[in-house]
Amino acid sequence: MAAESIKIEPLEQFDLHRVLGGLGVNFTQANLVMVIGAMLVMALLFYGARPRAVVPGRLQAAAELAHDFIYRMAIDQIGPEGKRFFPFLFTLFFFVLMGNLLGLIPFVFTYTSHIAVTAALAIMVIVLVTVVALMEHGLNFFTYFFPAGAPVWLAPLIVPIEIISYLSRPVSLSIRLFANMVAGHVMFAVFATFIVMLGSIGVIGMLGAAGPLAINVVLMGFELLVAALQAYVFAILTCIYLHDAVHLH
Amino acid sequence: MSEERDAPRPGAKDPSFEDRLRAARVRQGLEAKPAAQANGDASALGIGVRVGVELFSALAVAVAIGWGLDRWLHTMPLFLIIFVLLGGAAGVANLWRMVAPKGPTTAK
Repeated sequence: MAAESIKIEPLEQFDLHRVLGGLGVNFTQANLVMVIGAMLVMALLFYGARPRAVVPGRLQAAAELAHDFIYRMAIDQIGPEGKRFFPFLFTLFFFVLMGNLLGLIPFVFTYTSHIAVTAALAIMVIVLVTVVALMEHGLNFFTYFFPAGAPVWLAPLIVPIEIISYLSRPVSLSIRLFANMVAGHVMFAVFATFIVMLGSIGVIGMLGAAGPLAINVVLMGFELLVAALQAYVFAILTCIYLHDAVHLH
Repeated sequence: MSEERDAPRPGAKDPSFEDRLRAARVRQGLEAKPAAQANGDASALGIGVRVGVELFSALAVAVAIGWGLDRWLHTMPLFLIIFVLLGGAAGVANLWRMVAPKGPTTAK
């Protein structure tokens, strides 16, 4: 009887709702999760760094690991100049990671599943990269769009292609993260609806519902991997773009 | 004389030595890891998604530029057509940059 009334609405979970009365600035549940995520990272660092033990405890070890991981990435990918960008990269990585991971907790909104959020991050990255490149190299930066050694008569073809390629970076950066998050959560919602649908048609249905339930359990493990991996990819691509900006080729 | 030169000297052009040296340097953090590792998602699905995203985003940017130029200059399909072609080329250029073989130090 209930089976007809249950609809698969996998996109409903991405709707925004005001929380705390909007706080006068249209404060939504996405913003709330962002604040929580930022608080969690700061709490990890604050309480992790407080003991200042020579032999770190668990929390301190986690905080040191987080620091060293990004620090390593910055140095490895950008070079010694990467130290300057460490605070930015650290913030970026953990903001994205928190969005992805907190979103896997049931009923918690995934703010990285909105292209507005990922595009804002990607635009921030590309503006930073361009500003850094201009500061480092001045107008020499524009030689980036014409590789040395290419025949000059190809310039009308190569320069627009290189410019499009450069401008497509923020687009691909934001779409990759947003699409991965949306795809994962849509799959969760679809299989979860299958569980409810099957469960509502009696005992046989309940046995059958074990199938989608098992799939969702496996999917959760996979999504944990995707959550960490996409945050890593976002940070490492930012590093690679910064490397290009600092070294120009 | 030349036979002596061709004799295997340690460290000259011995490929296995070069490989082991590079691996050791990467292990010690003296060199950036090869780009395939650095790009993270090396799984087939990851590469597939990346290929799609790169092609699509280059085309999307190109279409936006072409459409904008046409709107501005009132030359409706002219720049759109040109930039769709350029966008496709830029997408392939992105892909080439993604899969092109690189030296161990140029993680691009």
